[in-house]
Amino acid sequence: MAKVLVVTSGKGGVGKTTSTAALGAALAQTGQKVAVIDFDVGLRNLDLVMGAERRVVFDLINVVQGVAKLSQALIRDKRLDTLWLLPASQTRDKDALTEEGIAAIIKEMQPNFDWVICDSPAGIERGATLAMRFADIAVFVTNPEVSSVRDSDRIIGLLDSKTEKAEKGQRVEKHVLITRYDGQRAARGEMLNIEDVLEILSTPLLGIIPESEEVLRASNIGSPVTLSNPTSAPARAYLDAARRLKGDDVPMHIPTDRKGLFDKLFGRRAA
Amino acid sequence: MSWFDFFRRRGSAPVARERLQILLSHERAAARGEPDLLAKLREEILAVITKHITIDHEKVDVSMDRGATVSTLEINVEIPNPAGLLAAAAT
Repeated sequence: MAKVLVVTSGKGGVGKTTSTAALGAALAQTGQKVAVIDFDVGLRNLDLVMGAERRVVFDLINVVQGVAKLSQALIRDKRLDTLWLLPASQTRDKDALTEEGIAAIIKEMQPNFDWVICDSPAGIERGATLAMRFADIAVFVTNPEVSSVRDSDRIIGLLDSKTEKAEKGQRVEKHVLITRYDGQRAARGEMLNIEDVLEILSTPLLGIIPESEEVLRASNIGSPVTLSNPTSAPARAYLDAARRLKGDDVPMHIPTDRKGLFDKLFGRRAA
Repeated sequence: MSWFDFFRRRGSAPVARERLQILLSHERAAARGEPDLLAKLREEILAVITKHITIDHEKVDVSMDRGATVSTLEINVEIPNPAGLLAAAAT
């Protein structure tokens, strides 16, 4: 019976889709059966980030409306045979998503997977509330930056009131995933540090993903970063986060990429 | 900016942290439908003080610092000294 996990944030551009792809792949790399669902109707991107954009035939709304069967819409990853994608519709309106339709799809998927990961759109509207509606676990993707932390706080509040579990008086397991973390800037006091973010959000930490060009490279080539470069710092951070989701006790540290002397002398970016 | 500010200059993260904490305590109260606790406290504390002393309402700062086990309420009220008042009156 799959656990339903929502990857959400409120704010756009913080790395929900990247994190969905990376966590989904990371879990699948450990042999778990994983389905990732894109809830961003009209602005789908999970297909592109996962390199499946040319293989989309049917989508989430086709399945909700009974035009296609779930098995027809699910796309199996070419690199990992335990990873599947259910893309969002690019042409339809988000109002075509119904709560009953999503409930039926998730129920149908649960016996066949270990994880169903819902990639939420930004904002707090229908797509976002439906993505979190049936969640057992929530991951709040947060940048160490004021507007992202504020929006995460808002979404955490929504999650506590709007999910099916919350309405039944049950708890949704909550985690913060810090992305685009720059340790040097945090040390200089230019960026909110991890303790501050966790204290403000009073939510436990799932992982710290360092800012890295590998993340951009991965989406450029259409591959989750845990597959495109598994030994890179962000990939190691996502792989650790995935193990924590499975319940493993993995010590928390911030992975860094080793830099050569040349990089140290000349590679420093102007910040 | 004086030379002193130059040496005192720190990162902006502590400012970000403090602004967020104040903002979110307001927003959480609003989301729960509670009246804004800090605004209410500020108003009532001001009312009590002004019964006895004349103060500038702008010079009252009420803030809440959330901690893991305890939170602290900090109230700063700037009260002009009689000497200060006299000096101000003389100029």
